[in-house]
Amino acid sequence: MTTQIMEKTDQRMDLIMSRLLRTGVLLSAMFVLAGGALYLLRHPTPVTDYHNFQGQPAEFRTVTGIFHEVLALRGRGLIQFGLLLLIATPIARVVFSVFAFLSQRDWTYVVVTLIVLAILFYSLFGQHP
Amino acid sequence: MNTLDFTALVALGSFAAGLLGALTGLGGGVVIVPLLTLLFGVDIHYAIGAALVSVIATSSGAAAAYVREGYANIRVGMFLEVATTVGALAGAALVLYLRVSVISVIFGVMLLYSAYASLWDHAALSANAKPDRMASWLGMDSSYPAPNGFENYHVRGVPLAFALMFVAGVLSGLLGIGSGAVKVLAMDKAMKLPFKVSTTTSNFMIGVTAAAGAGVYLSRGYIDPGLAMPVMLGVLAGSLLGARILAGARVGVLRLVFSGVIAVLAAEMIYHGLK
Repeated sequence: MTTQIMEKTDQRMDLIMSRLLRTGVLLSAMFVLAGGALYLLRHPTPVTDYHNFQGQPAEFRTVTGIFHEVLALRGRGLIQFGLLLLIATPIARVVFSVFAFLSQRDWTYVVVTLIVLAILFYSLFGQHP
Repeated sequence: MNTLDFTALVALGSFAAGLLGALTGLGGGVVIVPLLTLLFGVDIHYAIGAALVSVIATSSGAAAAYVREGYANIRVGMFLEVATTVGALAGAALVLYLRVSVISVIFGVMLLYSAYASLWDHAALSANAKPDRMASWLGMDSSYPAPNGFENYHVRGVPLAFALMFVAGVLSGLLGIGSGAVKVLAMDKAMKLPFKVSTTTSNFMIGVTAAAGAGVYLSRGYIDPGLAMPVMLGVLAGSLLGARILAGARVGVLRLVFSGVIAVLAAEMIYHGLK
């Protein structure tokens, strides 16, 4: 009986999760597309040198830097914001899973999911050399 | 070449990669790095950053469809994501210490393995596996929609799968790929999951694994917006179209051809690295 209830909520969980993923990808693609159009319109110049690795300036590397670029309506800033949304999509899925497992009182998986979430936050906001 | 031409060519190549990847089930991500480095002369660090982003896009897009069909085992996926995300962080850190030539060779070997793994036959014999204490305690046993109703299955081999998933994570963070081949190996061979469950759960995990790596790449400045834009949009459009065509397509020959292409790219990457 209880397993049946669990499977029912599992299925509802699946449905919400799939909508969440789809929306995240769509939203991100729209920002990347808009930013890409702006970028191409403003850069008819010779192509950037991708052969020699230099790394990105700070405004394209940090979450706050990207937000500033978006507010300035820079093409590459909008692209980077779209990519940030894309990275955030699986993370949002994990956040949602925490609540889903909480509602099922499945403490083991609440802990497991929180560990995954902590690792993802460290990846995005931590200091990496 | 000006920026518009370059962007259009990269988008076209990425579209083809996404389309073939979705049609053959091999994933478009694996050929992005060889495409960018060998054909366009892009530095491998930029290439890996762009590939990682496109992997998140395709896996999230595909997972949205699969999860709804009720194949993916969310508990197995979440538990193993602890291993893949830690692995991805380790892989992304390793990039700093390995020479480009070494990364190239590892990439080539990984490509060869994916091409080889795609040719396996997957017998559906796992349904009668006996229950396993650890997997039962973790509540991993589940059921999936088989041709004649829901079929129950037991999960086993959790520690081995966990170790393999760590390796899959390292490869994902190091090479900018989804490591679907290693993930399926862990679930198919070690955990004895039904094949459909293995592939869909793997797809479901790829996004989270790649996000862990991509966060590090972004804050380190390895993700270039001008390059990642055509790659991400191209691969995404290609894979969405591929998934739509897939319904009635016979893909046996195509898979063979694409495996051949991957093998050639693998040889090129290894040759490039050793040169």
